[in-house]
Amino acid sequence: MQVKAKLYPKEAARLLREHPGVREAVTGATLHFEANRKRAYQEIDAEIWRERARRVKDHLLTHLDHYLELAEKRLQEKGVRVYWAEGPEEAHRILREIVARHGVKRAVKAKSMLTEELGVNPLLESLGVEVYETDLGEYLIQLLGEPPSHIVGPAIHLALSDIQRLFHGRFGTPLDASPEALAAVARKVLREAFLTADLGISGANFLVAETGTLALMENEGNIRLSTSLPRVHVAFVGIEKLLPRFADLALFLPLTARAATGQRLSTYVSLIQGPAKEGEEGPKEVHVVLVDHGRTTLLHDPEAWEVLRCLRCGACLNACPVYRQTGGHPYGYVYSGPIGAVLDPGLLGLEDTYPLPYASTLCGACYEACPVKIPIPKLLLTWRKRAVERGLAPTWERGAIQAFSKVMQSPSLYRFFSKALRGLPLPQDLLPLLKAWTEGRGPLRPSPKPFHQLWQELKE
Amino acid sequence: MRVALFVTCLADQFYAEAGMATVRLLRALGVEVDFPQEQTCCGQPAFNAGYWNEARSLARRTLGIFQEAEYVVLPSGSCASMVKNHYLELLPGDEEALRLSEKTYELSQFLVRVLGVTELGKGLQGKTIAYHHGCHALRELGVKEEPLLLLKNSGAEILPWEAAEECCGFGGLFSVKLPEVSLAMADRKISTLPKADALTSTDAGCLLHLTGRMGKQGRNMRVVPLATLLWEAYAG
Repeated sequence: MQVKAKLYPKEAARLLREHPGVREAVTGATLHFEANRKRAYQEIDAEIWRERARRVKDHLLTHLDHYLELAEKRLQEKGVRVYWAEGPEEAHRILREIVARHGVKRAVKAKSMLTEELGVNPLLESLGVEVYETDLGEYLIQLLGEPPSHIVGPAIHLALSDIQRLFHGRFGTPLDASPEALAAVARKVLREAFLTADLGISGANFLVAETGTLALMENEGNIRLSTSLPRVHVAFVGIEKLLPRFADLALFLPLTARAATGQRLSTYVSLIQGPAKEGEEGPKEVHVVLVDHGRTTLLHDPEAWEVLRCLRCGACLNACPVYRQTGGHPYGYVYSGPIGAVLDPGLLGLEDTYPLPYASTLCGACYEACPVKIPIPKLLLTWRKRAVERGLAPTWERGAIQAFSKVMQSPSLYRFFSKALRGLPLPQDLLPLLKAWTEGRGPLRPSPKPFHQLWQELKE
Repeated sequence: MRVALFVTCLADQFYAEAGMATVRLLRALGVEVDFPQEQTCCGQPAFNAGYWNEARSLARRTLGIFQEAEYVVLPSGSCASMVKNHYLELLPGDEEALRLSEKTYELSQFLVRVLGVTELGKGLQGKTIAYHHGCHALRELGVKEEPLLLLKNSGAEILPWEAAEECCGFGGLFSVKLPEVSLAMADRKISTLPKADALTSTDAGCLLHLTGRMGKQGRNMRVVPLATLLWEAYAG
């Protein structure tokens, strides 16, 4: 996927100005999800669940080589073909071969953020394969030609009226069609696709190393159909998505559901144990592509690796008041919101993602929501520190901070500045900052006398 | 007992009344108050923006200024958390930083947890208050019940506010780096704000941001630092 993260500040401002409906849709949906998550956490001893999940993930990540080899072995024992892809190029080569070997004409896809990273849809289209995203939200944005704006709810930025207009143009449904009627139309199209597809593509929520089991969570049933009806199933799995033991699912499945949507468990959980055996129904071939795409580099980064615990539940997006104003599109990459701000620099490099770690007030709501306790505010600070060290910060900002620091180092300069604030012209370095402040908030109004002056009077 | 007041640069310049209220209140409760004159800024703006070298020298400076203090009290949750939590990241292994961390408190936290004071007086009888939980007070210091308890016990009613624990969008440099997003966040706070006699919070930055935005929208409400209200609770 093309990376447009550098444009974040401009795109966020433009979206707020030109598409105020997005803010309304995203705020409404995320507040709803966030309230559900809070309720779902309150039903359990969330602190204990989160801490256990963190420990399991940290154990996995610190022994990842072992578990990856074990997973490969167990998968192969079940007749699954296992591939390793360092990035999009290798993933494309693997998929291209499978498509050619089976003469694939039509593919159905379960929602997967990793396949967005890898650009699987454009590849398949270039090979002449008809691709159907089968998650309802993902289907909508595929029709619109947009990237997902939320990890779990890819069409979270759309209002009902947007969808009514889209379906009116595409399928001739009335402009006031009910959500049920719209869903019924999509269902009809997608059913046909499920029944005629040669290839099913999915990601995975988890891959259990001990048993070689793929675990997939969903609410619509489209993942189960995508992975069971076509004769070939290809699953793309990020190497950090492993779990050591089958028993770990007992914690991670419900915890992920609670964090993502506030459900006790997702409506469907599919545990895939390999291709269909003689006399069984299901795909004749199952392929698992284990994908790195920057993850190993992150794993070796002592200040940033904790982000690899991520379960892709989207809870931090729902909790984030910054994300809520714009949704995910301005972030310019697959992963948006707080997790995107600390994952994207790790996967893509800070040079291409510079503004993202600044897309936060460091309010800490993301950390409270995170089911695996990723210290997102700490990671944001780390990436900001690196941005400054690497000279990526704008010149005005560097000048302003250095001027600020100089003033604050010296009580006499500070007192001079204090007087300047109450009458004299202000230092030039700070002027663009001042303008950015006053435009939306009116002029700064200092206290008539600063406290340090009042203190003198108080003493006397 | 002796407290060194760290008034913070923002309160010094924009909410001098909060400093005055803190001194008056602590003195009234029998605490001696010092105000080390060389103090300026804790360094948080530089730290949060990624300028750790600049932040580190301001942190070292602050360590020196408050070295001798028995307690350090700030009328700010955010700056208190900077000193209490983030100095330890800036200066890992520094014993002075650890000592300062241990003796530093946000005002309401100091009153309730150190002085054991939960009743200040009845000076806020019948007043309705909208309380904005500053994020760093709430999530980094765990200061949530202390201010509410002190306000309620002085006769005030805290009005329900669905966005009370949501960030107001100030975020220091965030407010000028991403002004449109920052203002949209303020608007969400303000649009849900109940009609109260006063809006208050521990943090000057949040209040400055919200007051400015409310003024721009022609919305009139008294916006006042927590320290000022706590002094009113005591003095009537």
